[in-house]
Amino acid sequence: MAAPGRLKVIGSRLLQAIPVVIGVIIVTFILTRALPGDPAVYFAGTIADEESIQEVREALGLDKSMPEQFFYYVGDLLRGDLGTSLMTGLPVAEELGRRLPASLELTLVALIISCAVAIPLGILAATRPNSLADHACRVLVTAGVSLPTFFTGLVLIYVFYYVLGWAPPPLGRLDFIFLEPPRVTGFFLIDSVLAGDWETFWGAAKQLVLPAVTLALFTLAPIARMTRAAMLQSLSSDYIRTARAAGLNGRTILYGYAFHNAMLPVVTTLGMVFSFTLGANVLVEKVFAWPGIGSFAVDALVASDYAAVQGFVFVMAILFVALNLAIDILYTLIDPRIGFDAA
Amino acid sequence: MSLVSIKNLAVAFQTRKGEVNAVRGVSLELERGETLAVVGESGSGKSVTSYALMRILDRGGRIKAGDVTYSGIDLRKATERAMRDIRGREISMIFQNPRSALNPIRKVGDQIANVLVQHRIATRQTAKAKAIEAMEAVRIRDAEQRYSAYPFELSGGMCQRIVIAMALACEPRLLVADEPTTGLDVTTQKTVMDLVADLIKERGLSAILITHDLGLASAYADRVVVMQNGVIVEEGASEMMLVRPHHPYTQKLVAATPRKGAGVRDLLPEEARTPLPDKRPVGAPILQVRRLRKTFGAGANAVEAVKGVSFSIGEGESVGLVGESGCGKSTTSSMVVRLLDPTSGEILFRGDDLATIPASRFTRDKRRGGIQMVFQDATDSLNPRHTSARSIEDPLIRLSTLSRAERAAKVAETAALVGLPEHLLSRFPHQLSGGQKARVGIARAIVLEPQLLILDEPTAALDVSIQALVLNLLVDLQAKLGMSYLFVSHDLGVVRLLTDRVIVMRGGEIVEEGATADVMDRPSHEYTKSLIEAVPQPRMIPAEPLSANAAAG
Amino acid sequence: MSDAALTPPRQRGALSHIGYVLRSNPVTMVAFGLLGLILFVGVFGPAIAPYDPLASNAANALQPPSAAHWFGTDNLGRDVFSRVLVATRLDLIISVAAVALSFVIGSVLGALAGYYGGIADKVVSRALDTIMAFPLFVLAMGIVAAMGNTIENIIYATAIINVPFYARVVRAEVNIRRDAGFAQAAKLSGNTDWRVLALHIFPNALPPLMVQVSLNMGWAILNAAGLSFIGLGVRPPTPEWGIMVAEGAQYIVSGEWWLALFPGLALMLAVFTFNLLGDGLRDMVDPRMRT
Repeated sequence: MAAPGRLKVIGSRLLQAIPVVIGVIIVTFILTRALPGDPAVYFAGTIADEESIQEVREALGLDKSMPEQFFYYVGDLLRGDLGTSLMTGLPVAEELGRRLPASLELTLVALIISCAVAIPLGILAATRPNSLADHACRVLVTAGVSLPTFFTGLVLIYVFYYVLGWAPPPLGRLDFIFLEPPRVTGFFLIDSVLAGDWETFWGAAKQLVLPAVTLALFTLAPIARMTRAAMLQSLSSDYIRTARAAGLNGRTILYGYAFHNAMLPVVTTLGMVFSFTLGANVLVEKVFAWPGIGSFAVDALVASDYAAVQGFVFVMAILFVALNLAIDILYTLIDPRIGFDAA
Repeated sequence: MSLVSIKNLAVAFQTRKGEVNAVRGVSLELERGETLAVVGESGSGKSVTSYALMRILDRGGRIKAGDVTYSGIDLRKATERAMRDIRGREISMIFQNPRSALNPIRKVGDQIANVLVQHRIATRQTAKAKAIEAMEAVRIRDAEQRYSAYPFELSGGMCQRIVIAMALACEPRLLVADEPTTGLDVTTQKTVMDLVADLIKERGLSAILITHDLGLASAYADRVVVMQNGVIVEEGASEMMLVRPHHPYTQKLVAATPRKGAGVRDLLPEEARTPLPDKRPVGAPILQVRRLRKTFGAGANAVEAVKGVSFSIGEGESVGLVGESGCGKSTTSSMVVRLLDPTSGEILFRGDDLATIPASRFTRDKRRGGIQMVFQDATDSLNPRHTSARSIEDPLIRLSTLSRAERAAKVAETAALVGLPEHLLSRFPHQLSGGQKARVGIARAIVLEPQLLILDEPTAALDVSIQALVLNLLVDLQAKLGMSYLFVSHDLGVVRLLTDRVIVMRGGEIVEEGATADVMDRPSHEYTKSLIEAVPQPRMIPAEPLSANAAAG
Repeated sequence: MSDAALTPPRQRGALSHIGYVLRSNPVTMVAFGLLGLILFVGVFGPAIAPYDPLASNAANALQPPSAAHWFGTDNLGRDVFSRVLVATRLDLIISVAAVALSFVIGSVLGALAGYYGGIADKVVSRALDTIMAFPLFVLAMGIVAAMGNTIENIIYATAIINVPFYARVVRAEVNIRRDAGFAQAAKLSGNTDWRVLALHIFPNALPPLMVQVSLNMGWAILNAAGLSFIGLGVRPPTPEWGIMVAEGAQYIVSGEWWLALFPGLALMLAVFTFNLLGDGLRDMVDPRMRT
């Protein structure tokens, strides 16, 4: 009887994302057009003359009224038109599309690493208070959130590249001795496996380790803290006592009962963690010269390439909305109660 | 040989403030087929004793000393694996607040099936069928459908049946029931307790019933032990315990238990029983409620919580408003005290219709001080950041024209009136006991000398001995100050003690109204009858329990 | 003040309570000690710095740490130690100003939404959701890019992206206390709605809020430093931790570690200190911790 309720909830979650997307569009519109100063000057770039500024003004419709401009802006977005990058002269959408897989690959690998470490650590810390794992978890949680990603990245480079020489030079996704694998997904790890090119796979993996670990270190802390807190709370719940009194064995209680319940708040935290990760991604990409959308945006910022920066902000927001939606739906699948309070 | 034998059990908890000894040398025996009740107030160590027996103490707790044997097995020395086989298979347990005792995100049937598989009573293939059998055994109808339900989809009573089914699924020999009726509605309490008693009899189980309620204990148990501060103070056959309690604490507890025929003063220890003040005659109506209605929400989701109730309260009169949770009694009292705006109807207070003034504006009305309220949970009703004095003074600051010195004098005077020692005035709520907090709450409510005081289950969160003190305080205050009371409660035993007239509500409507004695002794409505029957009837509880001294003398 | 009668003893109590909290938890003691050090450097940094943080000396460039230059010198021969000290003030100003702004705005919005519910709640929640729909650092980048690349705009951008955290905590804390017994009792005592909110409910939301303040201070510092690391806000040669790490970054691969390490450590220490403060601050504003 839960299934129709859940489908309904998933449907309503999808609907709820619509006003958020509208909000994102309004905010990016305000950031591009509605702020003081002449956007045409920004968009034309620093070296533009009077004539080209006028051209840009007409091309962007800046001579029209605000509502009209908004209308045009939404129309452009719907067509996938994010404007043209001053730096490269190519459409921003194309530039971002080409670089997106690099950023996604880095982010996803980092998240996998950090969940694989943080969740077991949080569980251990909660089940064995005052053990080594508990102390490690506490130190990590406090120190982890104090780490500036760009700084940890530099320290890792110094230690593993300069001193130990284990890591390749921090210059992009693949050393120049390798050829990029034929593009299927855009993820080098996956594409090289698909092409059966194991050398390229290892080459890409080596490049990926340091930036991914840097990013993972940053997200470890919130996930470990939440896992520990959620486990402690569910372990002290009444239903755990019931389960113990019924003679269920430790493993069933720990994983079937406590962890399953603890997953709910942890999944919710993931949304916030994604926000941090996508932001920190920009810094890590800059440190490791990673050719993703973050380093593209940083270059655009320095070059005052406004269309590129705003396009980047918009794409990141849409990506984040989509991730949150995925988390919400995942949550709905874990928690049977969801279909009912909404109905 | 007895089934369970506990000798000199000591249990301690490691807390931030150091070690706390929750159980200090408890010894008890349970014979086969016997039902033993362990009675005590909060903090007496009664639940901890049972957790120690099953070795499921909360984190930080450990058995410091003593022997615990079950059927000849030393439970302290048993391996964790052996304990697991005993739990649920030999000794089972049911808990208070059944809804939270079940895993919220697992189908209830699966939770029972887990236990069956764990104890190898069933295989994965047969578990479902066996679990449904176990559910049917505790008289759950449509067990097959209920199997796939989640706890939040079931009522509290149904959740408790599931917990019982889980406990009895593997046919244990000993059932430990830890406050099994706490958190359930009055009528459900009765059904659940009767079911448990039937099952115990049917299966020839031994049982330990842990409760704060002496009445419940004596109604269902063969033998009673009374615990206080981690030690057993008295032990005996349940009927003797109530008739001839020996230990002063038991005497106090027996006396404080509301029962038929006993007055409010009878709840106090003998030496504290001052003569009851003369009851003032009931005067002209001070409050008249007419066709009061409250609808929450709108359209298809609208819920009519109160469906046009009318009643009145005379000057100096005590009126009880009784019903189970969800009957609309709290909504009604919130409207009367003007915290909530009614959808329609009149609230005439000394002739003026207060219903026309929005609640948000009434806070500054000069009649605000005339109607005050004592809240259900004293802890929740005191601002954690305010000292007692500040809490009591607050109404004076806002609604009186007294100077600072006059206010301080008034606070001291009121504190004395409710029996709150002066040195407690500078304390914060977390530094006070439950009874002290209740006194602060009462002092705040009466500091403006209201004519009408609404008492919203003022003793629901208190232990019986404290309840006895607070009830007597309320009676004395009414006699001294001539206030009218609207006493909102689900507890008929308490309502009987305090009120002249009683109104019974169900589903937002008044189903019965009349003089308290008449309604209690000769209820005319079926619902009232079921409410009264639901109060556990001790086997033989005299109005005036004989104390050991009296018997000897 | 109508409750002035009770103020003097409470103030004494508050001071001794702070002392009690400090003594009872060594971590809090350490955190407040570090805070004192950071504040001291923030105020007196320029006065105690051994060298002019802007004075370059090409002959003395890229020297490793030594007795004369504790943290070494950078590519222009400037003293890294002096620059780290002097940078403290700017980093503190940015983060304190940003957190103060978001604290005030977030508290007001959250309190109104949590107390009144209904439309106010819907509008506020919708606006917060929109901000939270962006990865926050990315939004800050967008705001600074659009509003102009200045230090004030770094502060505004950091403040805006922090508002939802405060507003949500306050909203939740106010909401659970809206119908609490003591709030209802305050109404019966003749307190108007806004008094109930401001004097009874909001102060009780302070303890959890303090934890948020301390975590956010750290995060605000990280955020501002991150923005300047990618070249926003602070411009060279102004000493600031983020930009110093960025300038030092290119020398890491050639082994001149001290350029980036020391400003990075200073940054970490500051963030770490603020994160540690949380529990202590909470205990200080929580009367329940008094014994």
